[in-house]
Amino acid sequence: MIADRYNKISVNLRRSVAEKLVKMKILICVKQVPEITDVKINPETGTLIREGVDSILNPFCEYAVEMGLELERHYGDIETVAISMGPPQASSALIRCLEMGVDRATLLADMRFAGSDTWATAFTLAQAIRAMEGDFDLILVGKQAIDGDTAQVGPELSEILGIPQIMYAVSVELTGNKKKIRAKREIETGNEIMEIKLPGLVSLSKGPMIRSVSSFKEILDARKKELRVATASDLNIDENELGLGGSLTQVVKIFPPQVKKTGKLVDGSEPQGAAKKLIGFLRERKFV
Amino acid sequence: MLKIDTEKCTGCKICEKVCPFGAIVVVDNIAQIQDNCTLCGACVNSCPVEALSIERKPVPKEELDKFSGIFIWGECEEKNERIVPKKVVRELLAQGRKLADRLDQDLTVVFLGDGKLTGLETLITYGADRIMRCQHKLLGNFTTDSFTNVISAVISKERPSVFLFGATPHGRELAPRVAARLHLGLTADCTGLEIDEKGELIQTRPAFGGNIMASIVSPYTRPQMATVRPNVFSFVEPDNSRKGEIQDFDVILSPSAIRTKVVAMERLSDEREVSIEDADIIVSAGKGCQKKENLKLIQELADALGGVTAGSRAIVELDWIPHTKQVGQSGLTVGPQLYIAVGISGAIQHLVGMSSAKTIIAINKDPDAPIFKVADLGIVGDAMDILPVLIRDLKK
Ligand SMILES: Cc1cc2nc3c(=O)[nH]c(=O)nc-3n(C[C@H](O)[C@H](O)[C@H](O)COP(=O)(O)OP(=O)(O)OC[C@H]3O[C@@H](n4cnc5c(N)ncnc54)[C@H](O)[C@@H]3O)c2cc1C
Ligand SMILES: Nc1ncnc2c1ncn2[C@@H]1O[C@H](COP(=O)(O)O)[C@@H](O)[C@H]1O
Repeated sequence: MIADRYNKISVNLRRSVAEKLVKMKILICVKQVPEITDVKINPETGTLIREGVDSILNPFCEYAVEMGLELERHYGDIETVAISMGPPQASSALIRCLEMGVDRATLLADMRFAGSDTWATAFTLAQAIRAMEGDFDLILVGKQAIDGDTAQVGPELSEILGIPQIMYAVSVELTGNKKKIRAKREIETGNEIMEIKLPGLVSLSKGPMIRSVSSFKEILDARKKELRVATASDLNIDENELGLGGSLTQVVKIFPPQVKKTGKLVDGSEPQGAAKKLIGFLRERKFV
Repeated sequence: MLKIDTEKCTGCKICEKVCPFGAIVVVDNIAQIQDNCTLCGACVNSCPVEALSIERKPVPKEELDKFSGIFIWGECEEKNERIVPKKVVRELLAQGRKLADRLDQDLTVVFLGDGKLTGLETLITYGADRIMRCQHKLLGNFTTDSFTNVISAVISKERPSVFLFGATPHGRELAPRVAARLHLGLTADCTGLEIDEKGELIQTRPAFGGNIMASIVSPYTRPQMATVRPNVFSFVEPDNSRKGEIQDFDVILSPSAIRTKVVAMERLSDEREVSIEDADIIVSAGKGCQKKENLKLIQELADALGGVTAGSRAIVELDWIPHTKQVGQSGLTVGPQLYIAVGISGAIQHLVGMSSAKTIIAINKDPDAPIFKVADLGIVGDAMDILPVLIRDLKK
């Protein structure tokens, strides 16, 4: 496996203060997710049918990656690191990050992580960051992962690490001599420009245009980059704080949603008739 | 329990200032914890030298049973220059009332504000037993830091069994911070809430873009926390005979607790127009409308029906409409009586934002468009030909 030769984890990679002054470090938390449009449930067993479902890098995480790379291109002297917790196959999502341009990547893969809820996920990520990337300046996450759609891991992670957060960002810039980050974020009534001191966390709800395919050179370059695999033993974490056992919520049942009875399809090739049918329907339902 | 690393503590007094209960005093340059500490955690994050930590032990079952009361965050918004509770608060009250009756516990709604909160009594008529007011000059605008501090303090002191937030943008950034601070289980964006025979809260939510439903419990921690999707539960008619009380909760907050700074704000939604989240009738446009000028027709149809306009993300990206009108996964969830989708394909990310509309009409020229799967009436045809006739006939 690609990762083996990187599998020696040092306890703490805290770099010297001098180096820190010049190079900023951005961590990007990414998740591999199934292409949701394909997910179905077996009505008899109530379990997910995963066969034939493609796995992709969560689109909102892709915005986070692009945003990190954009900061690097714009300001220079920035190291970008992608981190993911997931099964060994999730390394393909990290390889995608490396091809997009991220400098190095870490996969947290261990059977003992299985069944983590958002708390256990955020806690594991936090412990991994503390153990391996403690001198980070900025963490970028996606607004939500499209499998669970919880949008909880980001804020839980920033709370555990004790850092401020800006949610739902669409663009970011560094200010105050790279000591602060300023983000334009979407709020219900419009946009807000918000600023926090670093270290901090920003979640992305949209991002720059994503290039869907990598060039041959990018793919070759990615192969030379570090993709490390870490396990629970590499983190300062108690066995019973991991995975299902460390989770605070439990799924008790999974079932298919109630399917709405579909209404009728009518031919609207003739505008007069279509308008008439539509108005008839609106009258029937008392909208006019 | 709260631990102080006396080696690290510099006696800077920041924790003393941020403690919502005045439970920390600095003596001889070292912080000391008083008996009235509730473990709300406000101090831990504020300590610049990481000298404070909380060790949370799993709580035994008998302890969990002592938590009592259904609590709701009373999120407010500005409307016509007044600060009023959001519609989702009334929805939560109706749902919270059912849970409270089933458990024979009280229903409390917690408001945070800077003293301009008025008219809260009416929420008693919507089902609350108690209104809890947390007022402080730093609570005039929502910030994650200040609101997390205050809600965590309320929870630590009041020990409710259930705490619900609207799954609004603010609710979804606040609830996980509170949950992580107090080490509580949290379920996101619920569409169903029930109490089972053991008295546990069963939280049901869609996952995988709505392709499956999952029921979730928080067996080990109290309060059981959930954010609840707006526009799923209906609210009840006000009952003027209901009685309840108003209580103030003492708030201690220091400006240093707030680490975010708002540099600028840009309003994109029209203040006079009903927001799409609250609207009863929505006419929504997709890329099938072909060009921005054609949105005139969408507006005219909305006007003729007394509704508002919205759209898919595709047309937000084309800059035809602002993001405040975007329906769907990365936009807003709507739940109108009537949703008319014009030239929208019905991608799963769009459907999750609007499929709880009571009546759905779709106009699309592709008979296989997925939007027809959720439509009560589907018209297969060219919307740009149909709309002008429809608007003309409606005006007649
Ligand atoms: C992470 C992520 C999040 C997303 N979040 C959202 C979200 O919140 N909201 C959202 O809407 N989308 C979201 N999307 C995008 C979504 O996948 C679709 O791309 C988008 O909804 C398509 O918009 P549309 O239906 O307007 O355009 P199209 O898919 O281009 O559909 C246009 C439709 O118009 C029909 N049409 C064309 N001409 C006519 C005509 N003259 N008369 C009638 N019909 C006509 C066509 O048959 C077609 O069905 C998201 C995507 C991702 C990856
Ligand atoms: N297993 C994971 N590994 C790394 N990052 C994650 C993981 N789960 C969630 N995240 C991050 O948290 C964001 C929100 O995810 P969620 O809370 O699951 O909706 C994602 O976009 C990721 O940036």
